Amino acid sequence: MDVDLATGWLRAAAASIAEAAPELTRLDSAIGDGDHGSNLTRGFTAVVAALDAGAFANVGDVFVKAGTTLISTVGGASGPLYGSAFRSLGKALPAGPSVTLPDLVAGLHAGLESVRKLGGAEPGDKTIVDAYRPALDAFEAAVAAGSALPVAAAEAARAAEQGAGATAGLRARKGRASYLGERSVGHRDPGATSTALIFTALARSAGNSG
Amino acid sequence: MKKFINDPADVVTEALTGLAAAHPELRVDATGQYVARAGAPRAGKVALVSGGGSGHEPLHGGFVGTGMLDAACPGEIFTSPVPDQILAATQAVDGGAGVVHVVKNYTGDVMNFQLAAEMAADEGVAVETVLVDDDVAVEDSTWTAGRRGTGATLLVEKIAGARAEEGGKLTEVAAIGREVNIGSASFAYALTAGTTPAAGRPGFDLPDDEIEAGVGIHGEPGRRREPLRPARDLVAAALDAILEAKPRDRGDRVIVLVNGLGGTPLIELYLVYGEVARILGERGVEIARRLVGNYVTSLDMAGLSITLTRVDDEMLRLWDAPVVTPGLRWGA
Repeated sequence: MDVDLATGWLRAAAASIAEAAPELTRLDSAIGDGDHGSNLTRGFTAVVAALDAGAFANVGDVFVKAGTTLISTVGGASGPLYGSAFRSLGKALPAGPSVTLPDLVAGLHAGLESVRKLGGAEPGDKTIVDAYRPALDAFEAAVAAGSALPVAAAEAARAAEQGAGATAGLRARKGRASYLGERSVGHRDPGATSTALIFTALARSAGNSG
Repeated sequence: MKKFINDPADVVTEALTGLAAAHPELRVDATGQYVARAGAPRAGKVALVSGGGSGHEPLHGGFVGTGMLDAACPGEIFTSPVPDQILAATQAVDGGAGVVHVVKNYTGDVMNFQLAAEMAADEGVAVETVLVDDDVAVEDSTWTAGRRGTGATLLVEKIAGARAEEGGKLTEVAAIGREVNIGSASFAYALTAGTTPAAGRPGFDLPDDEIEAGVGIHGEPGRRREPLRPARDLVAAALDAILEAKPRDRGDRVIVLVNGLGGTPLIELYLVYGEVARILGERGVEIARRLVGNYVTSLDMAGLSITLTRVDDEMLRLWDAPVVTPGLRWGA
C-alpha cells in the first residue's frame, strides 16, 4: 500500500459514509441516539479536508493524520474509537512511501487493540469489534495464503459485512445500546455497520488501483 | 420537525453566540468551543470543568459562574465534546490548584474526557475526574456501560463547586463530588421522544397511551414501554426503583430534584413534586431541600426525572452557599 492508496481509501470511506449517513442514523435511532451518520460524516469530511491540505511522505502519517482529525471532530464514542484505530494503525506502520501487506496486517492489529483497550469491548458485545475482528482475521488469512491486496481486502470486506449483519442477533453489552438490554436484539449495530463500510471502501480502492 | 433554528448544522454554535450575548459575565470561546467564567483562571482556586452533548440546557453552560462550574464544553447535540475542547477549557481555567472534571457516565463522554485528562496531565495540569452515574433504571453490571449520569450532575456540580469556591483542595472537591454521586439515585419517564435537529424526527415513536419508563436523557429508549397511569402511581414506582437501589432509612435527609426533560409544563412538575413529598413523608424520609424545574433536559422531550440525594450538614451548607449562574442562582 502506498500513500496514494491510503488517501484513496480514506476518501472512498468518506464518500460511502456520507452516502450511508441516513441509514447509519436510522440504525442508531433504533438502539442509540440517532447521530452516528451525521457525526461520522462530519469527521470524515474533516479528514478529506486534512488530506487535501497536507502532503505525506509516509503511509503511516496519512493514518495518524486521519486518526487525530477524527478524535478532534467526531465526539461521542465513535470519535475516540475510530480515531485511535487509525492513529494506532499509522503509528504501527514503518516509515516510508509504501508498506507491505504484513506491515498492514500488523498495523490493523494495532488498530483493533486500541479499540478494545479504549472501549473494553469483546467479540459478541455488538460493537465495532464485531466487524473489525472478522475482517482482520480474513485479511490476515488471505495475506498468509499469498493473496494480493485487492483479494485480501475483498475478503476482509465480505467478513466485515457478515460480522456487521450478525450483530442484529446480539444483545448489546457496551455503549449506549447496552441500556436497552434484550431490546437491542433485532437491530444491526451502527458502529459495526460503519466499520464494514470502511473495509468495503478499502476493497474498492485496492481493486481500482490493482 | 418545527424548531426555531436556521440550519441544523449551526444550532450549537448559534446558541453559544446567543448565550454569550445574553450573559456578558460569561466568556464564550468560539474557537475552543467552551464557556468559561469571566475572570478565570483564578489563582489558587480548584476549577470545575464539565461538558457533554448539547441539548440538555441549562446543563452545562448554564451552570458556569460563581459557586459552580468554571467552564463547560458543549458538544454537538447529544454528542460528547472532543478532547481538544476539554483540554482547551481545562487549561483556560486552571489556576494552578488543579481541575475537577465532572463527567456523566456515557461511553463517549468518558472516553473523550479520559483522553483530555491524559493530555492535560502531559501539560502539567492535575486533573481529578468525578463520574456521575445516578440513573437506577440501568443495570449496574459488567454487562452494560453502567448507570447513566442524569439529574445528580446538577447536585454534584453545585456542591463540589461550592467547596471549590471556598478554597477546597483538589482532592477535597473531588471527594465531595463523588460522595454526592454515591448518595444519589434518579429515575425518568418520557411521554414523548425528543427530536434532534439533525435527525428531524422523534428518536422513537410512542403511542398516545404509552410511556417509556427508565428513559435516558439522549432520546435513547428506556427499559420498557408501559401504559400511561396516574401520576401518583408513576411517582410511586419511580420512588420504589430509587429506594430499592439506594435504600433510605427513616430520618435520612435528602435533596429532591423534580426535573423536567424539556417539554413538560411546570404545573405537572409541581403536581409530581407534591406526590414525591407525600410519599417520602409517609416513609419518614425528610426532604431537606428541593428543586423543581427544567435543569437537565433532553431537547423537547415531554418527561421528567426524579432524583434523591442523601445529604449531611456539610452538603446542605454547600448546597445553600451562594451560586450565580444563568441556570441556578441564589444567596448572592
